[in-house]
Amino acid sequence: MAHSHSATGEKDNSAVKAIWRTFWILLGITVVEVGMAFLHLYTHWPDKLWLNALFILLTFFKAFYIVAEFMHLRHEVKNLIMTILFPLTLFVWFIIAFLADGDSWKNMRRDLAPGTPAAKEAPAQQPAHH
Amino acid sequence: MDNAVTAKKKWWGGGHSPFSVSYGKLMMWYFLISDAFTFGALLISYGTQRFMAEAWPDPNVVFHAFPFMGHMDLPLVFVSLMTFILIMSSVTMVLAVHAGHNHDRKGVVKWLILTIIGGAMFLGCQAWEWTHLHEIGAWWGRNPFNNADGSAAISTNFTDFFFTITGFHGVHVTSGVVLNIIVLINVLKGTYEQRGHYEMVEKVGLYWHFVDLVWVFVFTCFYLL
Repeated sequence: MAHSHSATGEKDNSAVKAIWRTFWILLGITVVEVGMAFLHLYTHWPDKLWLNALFILLTFFKAFYIVAEFMHLRHEVKNLIMTILFPLTLFVWFIIAFLADGDSWKNMRRDLAPGTPAAKEAPAQQPAHH
Repeated sequence: MDNAVTAKKKWWGGGHSPFSVSYGKLMMWYFLISDAFTFGALLISYGTQRFMAEAWPDPNVVFHAFPFMGHMDLPLVFVSLMTFILIMSSVTMVLAVHAGHNHDRKGVVKWLILTIIGGAMFLGCQAWEWTHLHEIGAWWGRNPFNNADGSAAISTNFTDFFFTITGFHGVHVTSGVVLNIIVLINVLKGTYEQRGHYEMVEKVGLYWHFVDLVWVFVFTCFYLL
């Protein structure tokens, strides 16, 4: 969506409209998030895992609208968009690696805590079969 | 824009800005990327600790108070108000930037003042929230909250991360308000009118929206998940 700043009244109006539309989208998403949190609080539906997935998805929607519209990134040159967004893909590795590491620590601490009975190993004595 | 790149020109041939933005704006973007990694590191280490823990407090139990409402149980309501205030101040900031494009000095002043008020309101809310939590015994190194499964807390990770991350965000909001005030003074003095453009408003605007963006993630990570 190319969009020039020639100050004709029509374009001016549509720019302001776009700002308020973004505001209503952000507000709407936040209301949905809080509403879902209350729904879960009172009915225990949906399941916490699905609810969290929904929250994260909606968070990314909000992030997209703030960066694209309020920070105007969507209307910048493609090269600029790429130099800004590309380094952020590191977060994909970052999040997966660290959360998996945390989960693994939790399991090790639980399984290897003093007094924990040794896990029943799969029949390890079986001769290797060829 | 006069330095826009047409199809016939070469992107990196020199003589124009290949990104079609000024040096200052580009550097603000790159600063914000580095800041995003700082906040990302904090939030991911919070997530790692949370994944490592057997049990964790329930945010709906911890954050349920509202000013002047006594002991009423109002989970999420106060923080929703804070979120609304910050989104609203982001809107007034874009409107200030927009007025700057049109060289509408009065408009810039009006919207900047509203943005500053919004930022101050958010900080006031955060001050109240911190004071309330401190009164019920929460602080760095002190975690009075039971875990969601009813067991007593065995570490202070929850409060440590909460105060560190919301505090770091609060410092960003504070410096954003200060920057907005400085820019407002310059607008009133006519500095940007003389300069011929209001780009400085855009630069602090980028910073301000970033602070709002971080809050979106803090809100999800601490209050919703």
